[in-house]
Amino acid sequence: MKPELPLVSLRGLKTSFPVRKGVFQRTVGQVKAVAGVDLEIRRGETLGLVGESGCGKTTLGKTLLQLTKASEGQILYDFDGVQKDLCQLSVREMDEARRKLQIVFQDPYSSLNPAFTIFGSLEDPLRRFGVHKRADRRRIVGDLLEQVNMKADYMDRYPNEFSGGQRQRIGIARALCVNPELLVCDEAVSALDVSIRAQVLNLLLRLKQERGLTYVFITHDLSVVEYISDRIAVMYLGKIVELADAVDLYRGALHPYTLALLSAVPVANLDHVKNRIVLGGDVPSPVNPPSGCPFHPRCAHRLARCETEAPQLKKHVINGHDHSVACHLIQE
Amino acid sequence: MKPNRKFDRIRDTLPTTGKPRFAGSRALKRMISNPLSVLGLIVFSIIVLSAVFAPLISAYSPLKIDLRGILKPPSWEHWFGTDKLGRDIFARVLYGGQISILIGLGSALGAAAIGVALGAYGGYKGGWIDRLFLRVSEIFMSFPQIILVLLLVSIIGQSVTNLMVIFIITGWGSIYRMARSRMLSIREEEYVLALKAFGLNDLIICYKHMLPNAMSPIIVNITLSTAMFILQEAALSFLGLGVPLEISTWGNILNVANDLNVLARYWWIWLPVGTVISLFVLSVNFIGDGLRDSTDPSQLG
Amino acid sequence: MHDDVLISVQNLKTFLYANGRCNRAVNDVTFEIRKGRTLCVVGESGCGKSITAASVMQLLPELSRIEGGQIVYQSPGGPIRIDQLAKNGKKMRALRGADLAMIFQDPMTALNPVYTIGQQISENLRYHTKLKPRARRAKTISLLAEMGIPIPEQRVDEYPHQFSGGMRQRAMIAMAMACDPHVLIADEPTTALDVTIQAQVFELMEKLKAKHQTAVMLITHDMGVVTELADDVIVMYMGNIVEGGTVEEVLRTPRHPYTRALLDSIPVLGRGKDQKIDPIQGTTPDPYERPPGCQFAPRCPRCQPLCEQALPPEQVLGESTHRLRCFFPVGGPNEA
Repeated sequence: MKPELPLVSLRGLKTSFPVRKGVFQRTVGQVKAVAGVDLEIRRGETLGLVGESGCGKTTLGKTLLQLTKASEGQILYDFDGVQKDLCQLSVREMDEARRKLQIVFQDPYSSLNPAFTIFGSLEDPLRRFGVHKRADRRRIVGDLLEQVNMKADYMDRYPNEFSGGQRQRIGIARALCVNPELLVCDEAVSALDVSIRAQVLNLLLRLKQERGLTYVFITHDLSVVEYISDRIAVMYLGKIVELADAVDLYRGALHPYTLALLSAVPVANLDHVKNRIVLGGDVPSPVNPPSGCPFHPRCAHRLARCETEAPQLKKHVINGHDHSVACHLIQE
Repeated sequence: MKPNRKFDRIRDTLPTTGKPRFAGSRALKRMISNPLSVLGLIVFSIIVLSAVFAPLISAYSPLKIDLRGILKPPSWEHWFGTDKLGRDIFARVLYGGQISILIGLGSALGAAAIGVALGAYGGYKGGWIDRLFLRVSEIFMSFPQIILVLLLVSIIGQSVTNLMVIFIITGWGSIYRMARSRMLSIREEEYVLALKAFGLNDLIICYKHMLPNAMSPIIVNITLSTAMFILQEAALSFLGLGVPLEISTWGNILNVANDLNVLARYWWIWLPVGTVISLFVLSVNFIGDGLRDSTDPSQLG
Repeated sequence: MHDDVLISVQNLKTFLYANGRCNRAVNDVTFEIRKGRTLCVVGESGCGKSITAASVMQLLPELSRIEGGQIVYQSPGGPIRIDQLAKNGKKMRALRGADLAMIFQDPMTALNPVYTIGQQISENLRYHTKLKPRARRAKTISLLAEMGIPIPEQRVDEYPHQFSGGMRQRAMIAMAMACDPHVLIADEPTTALDVTIQAQVFELMEKLKAKHQTAVMLITHDMGVVTELADDVIVMYMGNIVEGGTVEEVLRTPRHPYTRALLDSIPVLGRGKDQKIDPIQGTTPDPYERPPGCQFAPRCPRCQPLCEQALPPEQVLGESTHRLRCFFPVGGPNEA
């Protein structure tokens, strides 16, 4: 048997948006939201993608689903043993592939159409993917709602009758209605109250087990990502700076940015020993990223070469686990 | 503090458990609680119904010339009197209403159809197609309307249809802009992205899923532009550029009053029809305002 | 009662009115804000924590009013009943910005985009002090420097959009601290910020508190923030304080089922994948149709018939400052 392919491999993925100015809308620069990402997503894992606002994590998620066009690089997706580059697929092929990749959004209030009942919102995607009988569509939607711990007859209600947590569960049901393999959760629990957040997190964990889903979990909340992820990738200014198993990352982070990030999280544990590393300054603009290592202007340990030479994401093996990090300070 | 007493009353009434009230019925309720819009609705209905059932209300034909009874003041026989050709003015106002309302409502709906179709799609798609629509609408909106009307009337001639075509051509721009700007903000909602993630057809996303959320200001705009087009018809006909004179419309009835003699001595020729036009336009505006307030979520209370 | 109490709120009731219905948003709330200490008000959305803060500042929305109780501010010149001042009267305006200052959640909308940062900070100085324009400018620059804003001489003439999110929040704090207020009320000041920027803002707030002995009231939904910053904490649920006390008392030995459940429902950094988080069942009730008894009863695992009938009174535990509203607290006498 051949070695198992990763479900998705990103190769040198870049996504940038033009900055336009003036009467003639001339392009004066590029926002390099995703600036060269290599990443493998394994079948059945939960990959956490963390970083601060503007680090490109959401753009990476949208590019993965081809909701935003990549400007460079490949997204190789494993279609039953055949790897195809999503960026090269024709519009029709991509539309067909969309049943494999779905997304759950952040804002429970704007993610459901207020003018339609739940069934009305979910009906068209199902019809699109070949469920032609209305009775079948109603049955499927009802089953999905029950899977996300809601009553089947809620499908005839409008979104304004539901609370934030309920709406988010409906959003998950919608993403699941085409039976996807990969679910991108873009800040899926960030807008929810803490008590509701736990409900949705546990629901996501259960669904993953039941359906063998693969998650890409995008968030800025490190406590949540630690709880749900198998592996975690830390992004800074469009690049992955560190990638490791969740346990290894929390116990033995290597990159100075990851260390600062972890130390800055307020921890609800009175016995937690606090050693807060306060970073100076702000995240630089992705229009003009710093030369060399993107983190060097804020880094306390920078070397001379950090200012000129960008470190590559290199794989190390620490205690038998893969641990990739992009930093000149980390040698073999 | 003014609202204190109201607060007390609300606080002391026991909470009513019952079915949750829906947004739709609340909007209706709020509209009904607005006296001006109810008044508008009543006046509007009276005028529309009497225009539609004109043959049942008046025995006279609006076109029948009676040279023996010209310029009669109002009487039991002729409620609004007769004009220079002895035609019954009451009948003419009723039948004229049919044409005028047809022109107003027809043009507003036509303009809305074009404006919404282009504005919704352009706003949703963006890019060159949106820029193209935008420039075209700017061209139409920057052209002086009266000159366009003069031009078109002299080229294609005067008729009810031509007038509606002219109104639609000159009037779609404002509804287009409103639809476009609404769609621009709806486009940012996450459910639109979710629909795209399913690879749904653009036309379905745009017209079926997004447009319903943009409709309430558009409906308000349609009512208000109905009123505007009726006024424009009256103005153009008064100048002799509107509907051919032999068809009675509110504007054409007024047209007779463009001479000082009539204005000074035969008030019954212009006053009743002028009043009807004003009442109608006012009632439509009241309805439009009521609709807008009742669908505006920022005005709770 | 401690003599370092700056604001004492007694049995405060603030109700909101919308659509002909009444929301008892803050219902019988009592607490104190003390000099040089941070009081954290923690709770989920809709628990009334922001309305409580707005009541103290008399910055309530139009369709609401204070129904009962009192808010007393111990000013240097004697106690002032804030709840009896006119919302926008001269006295209230003299207090706001000078003695009591507030910072808000979203610095982007809380700053006016058409004025420079310097103009907005010195506006406060102009109203509350007799400083001359030149002195005001100098004071503004020194404030910005104190907040850790680089090159303040240049930044003072910039507009809010030229500032990053973290810098805007620091400018807001500078504005609030301009007249050395005795009480600083911060309503979710870092919710809109990234964690590394949040750390900067907290560091700054701690420093200012230590330097000026300001009393801080910090509204938050994040138990982590409470753990790190609070001296005292009150936990609110549906308009009541369900539990209160020092941070040690409340977080080490949470007695109210809600506090306990809240702490059990959040993943804690460092505990990894194996930690068990227990969601609180159900959802917060409709604030217009509240349960008649204990507000938490419908979701409480320990709910008894009594809880559904009556709101438990507030009781203080022994000699401590630990107080709670619960008939059957966790770890009570009947439990092992």
